[in-house]
Amino acid sequence: MIDNNSPYFNPKNETLTREQIEALQLERLQATIRQCLKNEFYRKKFDELGITPDDIQTLADVRKLPFTTKQDLRDTYPFGMACVPLRDCVRLHSSSGTTGNPTVILHTQKDLDEWANQVARNLWMVGLRPDDVFQNSSGYGMFTGGLGFQYGAERLGMLTVPAAAGNSLRQIKFIKDFGTTCIHAVPSYVTRLYEVMKEQGVDPRRDTKLKGLAIGAEPHSEEQRQRIQDMMGVKAYNSFGMSEMCGPGVGFECPEQNGLHFWEDYYIVEIVDPETLEPVPDGEIGELVLTTLCREAMPLLRYRTRDLTRVLGRTCPCGRNHIRLDRMRGRSDDMMVLRGVNIFPIQIEKVLMQFSELGNNYLITLTTDEDNDNMTVEVELAQPTDDYKQLQNLERDIRRRLKDEILLTPIVKLVAKGTLPVSEGKAVRVVDKRKVYQ
Amino acid sequence: MIWNPNKECMSRDEMSALQGKRLHKIVEYVYHNVPFYRNKLQEMDIRPDDIQTIEDIRKLPFTTKKDLRDNYPFGLQAAPQSEIIRVHASSGTTGNPTIVGYTRKDIGVWSECMARCLTSYGVTRNDIFSVSYGYGLFTGGLGAHYGVEHIGASVIPAGTGNTEKHLKLIRDLGITGIACTPSYALYLAETMDKLGIRKEDIKLRVGAFGAEPWTEQMRQEIQDRLGLKGFNLYGLSEVMGPSVSYECQMQHGSHICEDHFYPEIINPVTLEPLPAGQTGELVFTTLTKEGMPVLRYRTRDLCSLMPGICDCGRTAVRMSRIEGRSDDMLIIRGINVFPSQVESVVLSMPEFAPRYMMIVDRVNNLDTLQVQVEIRQEYFTGIFDTPAAIDALEKKLASKLKSVLSIAAKVQLKAPNTIERSQGKSAHVIDKRKL
Amino acid sequence: MTIPQLSIFIENRSGTLIKVLEVLKQANIQIIASTIADTAEYGIYRIICSEPTRACEELKNAGIAVAISDVFAIELDDQPGRAADAVKMFSEAGISITYMYSFLLRSKGILIFRTDDNAHAAQVIQQNNLKSMTP
Repeated sequence: MIDNNSPYFNPKNETLTREQIEALQLERLQATIRQCLKNEFYRKKFDELGITPDDIQTLADVRKLPFTTKQDLRDTYPFGMACVPLRDCVRLHSSSGTTGNPTVILHTQKDLDEWANQVARNLWMVGLRPDDVFQNSSGYGMFTGGLGFQYGAERLGMLTVPAAAGNSLRQIKFIKDFGTTCIHAVPSYVTRLYEVMKEQGVDPRRDTKLKGLAIGAEPHSEEQRQRIQDMMGVKAYNSFGMSEMCGPGVGFECPEQNGLHFWEDYYIVEIVDPETLEPVPDGEIGELVLTTLCREAMPLLRYRTRDLTRVLGRTCPCGRNHIRLDRMRGRSDDMMVLRGVNIFPIQIEKVLMQFSELGNNYLITLTTDEDNDNMTVEVELAQPTDDYKQLQNLERDIRRRLKDEILLTPIVKLVAKGTLPVSEGKAVRVVDKRKVYQ
Repeated sequence: MIWNPNKECMSRDEMSALQGKRLHKIVEYVYHNVPFYRNKLQEMDIRPDDIQTIEDIRKLPFTTKKDLRDNYPFGLQAAPQSEIIRVHASSGTTGNPTIVGYTRKDIGVWSECMARCLTSYGVTRNDIFSVSYGYGLFTGGLGAHYGVEHIGASVIPAGTGNTEKHLKLIRDLGITGIACTPSYALYLAETMDKLGIRKEDIKLRVGAFGAEPWTEQMRQEIQDRLGLKGFNLYGLSEVMGPSVSYECQMQHGSHICEDHFYPEIINPVTLEPLPAGQTGELVFTTLTKEGMPVLRYRTRDLCSLMPGICDCGRTAVRMSRIEGRSDDMLIIRGINVFPSQVESVVLSMPEFAPRYMMIVDRVNNLDTLQVQVEIRQEYFTGIFDTPAAIDALEKKLASKLKSVLSIAAKVQLKAPNTIERSQGKSAHVIDKRKL
Repeated sequence: MTIPQLSIFIENRSGTLIKVLEVLKQANIQIIASTIADTAEYGIYRIICSEPTRACEELKNAGIAVAISDVFAIELDDQPGRAADAVKMFSEAGISITYMYSFLLRSKGILIFRTDDNAHAAQVIQQNNLKSMTP
């Protein structure tokens, strides 16, 4: 049992000096490379680059290693990246979508244990203890935010409410009735909850026992965080995760709220120029590249996250010397993140093109309306019609198909042919009116 | 294969002795930790020491869903809050859901029982197993999930919905087992036909089907169309969740984990115990639960017990298929729904007359729920001169229903005085499904 | 400037429309214009008629969901293009028309409509000397 008064869940690893962190990283990197080479994909890559594990003698040698991309994961679908027999895997998560190959992430029991430890470490760091009541208002199932926080919060020993996403009235009822002290949700959903609280005459300061929020899985600005803190009257801590690394737990803010600590006993963090793939100096924005250090089932070398951020520092008044990164500042590809769900425009296009009633022109608009992030998909009809019922049904069918594909329900607007702007050259398909990146 | 032969194949004498010992312990435990039970036992002049053998269970009071509701949210919880690491919720009879808290040990027992089920179905650590129950507050998803991980198979937390992607994964990953509602299994078969996927293209061989009643004919159809062997999985959150009982390879009755959940069959009117083989209401006493133990919980499910040693070698008593309910609860898409829940919502909105009709149907093997309500004449004002205003009112009701029922209902607004008034138990329900 | 319009909730099934019309017939109410805004499951039946207040009472007594709302009704010359001219005035004033229908009465075109800003719309009618239909 950990002493409830300790600020650290894992006092040893959280308070390592920089030298100790780097020594541990090198040791774990070498082990990870050995694990990776059990797999043909990495053996080939090493052969192509003419490198062997012996070439990795210092931490800086990580730059000799090949990058891994999401496309690599798709090309090796479903199990081409596995480094252990399937029999040793106990969990699989997969990205959304039916178009093209999804990505598949495998976990051994040890991987799950370490993942839970990372999440528990984060929650402990912001002051949560076994007496707390943790309401996880994140999607469950394939989406890692649900099970990731469930296991981590249970590992810490909190009463964990698997409330899942949506159903705001019930969420608020539980917050009040269970004395929930911390909620995990995507930031746009927290603002939504607050709106519904207001409608219901619930004052989070007066009527709840909340003492903190964990927000993540979608980009948000410092202003948005401040607004959320002002609304709910508690601190909101930024969480970073991605299913390729495990899920939530990769990085998290400490009570200083001065950037996210990325756990360097679990990952090697690099920031590179997305064009040249060369490292950028501290403080400059570049693409986040992560190498896993503790994963058995599917370790990844230099995985290109496509998230843009920068290094803020390597020390912190909280006593943790794990690297601090800025909140995510953008993407180096066209992926959109809406209510915690990752969406590529091509997914939407493929669904729309399945309907013969629709033309080729469409426009995706992302907006923030009354604190809700919404997606509106406008699409032109191929033929005019005055049958209201048919239009209603068509709209509903498109909505359903899109929901199946991207996991959330957009607003669908059918418009007459020739209404949407046709741009010269590459058509503009996405208009993002939200203020998510500063 | 048998996961835990020590418990699953125990001789009757040993099992009765173990149950008696555990019953005494659990009565003592709730007597000291749950005021509700202490008061009940004191009223009946029963002291924990009066309960020594399993036969003494008949002296104990019953527990009902109403008791859970009256003690919402944590009144029946026996363990201190700091020991509780999980809560699940199921449908209450009105606005408040039924809340069940679990300690770390409870989650362990649950995983153990689930491992017994899966092993009995023939699942091993070599399997890739898709859990297609809803995740979250509903016990189906997380309950099955922890069990699959416990036996070391690969679990795919597919959840519900997105059937095409799910089928793609079933085919591409060579998924060998699936846990879902039987109606969803049929829906999968239908979607396979639509996509031109044949049962030879997939490797499913085991299905764990539960959360709603199903028939032998449905089993045959599912087995034929998916090319797997389908087994019954039974449970309820008030007692634990899925894994309270499970079928074995004989597919003849579901073995109850009776070292943890003691079953009785009673006459739902007189509450007298019925002899083995007779159909009545199933009652469970949890023998080992720490978070929220229940004494003689009335499940309202009607079935019979089948004593005797099974050909599979297990001695654990079996229960028959659920033959009905002793109340008006409906099971829609695996979720329990009470008409009184809908009533509580309709009554809370002055826009509607205190009158409603629930129409339950099964379209393409998916359950649908439609709720018809009458708009109140005096509430129909000038603002309702556009469809948009009426749509907004429908949406408001739909969202309230969703928050109470946990499933989406299609709301249909009716003109005043158009919903038929009838009396009796099913006055508010038209169930068009043929179950 | 506005006239009363009946808005009636009717379900999309046979017999609902005739019930409304029968009540009005029995009460000797004359329908001047009417239109249905339909959706997949129900419709809003909008009626301009003689004695709207009494008509509303009669319908209510028959158990029908009905309400009176005030809508604009302007008279236009029975010539091509007049409706376009009129609507343009509202459009230029930044007023959206929620719904609209029209009919001929005594050789005049009558345009019935509701807007998202009725006060502003009333100003536009006055400023442009549009003639309102007298009930």
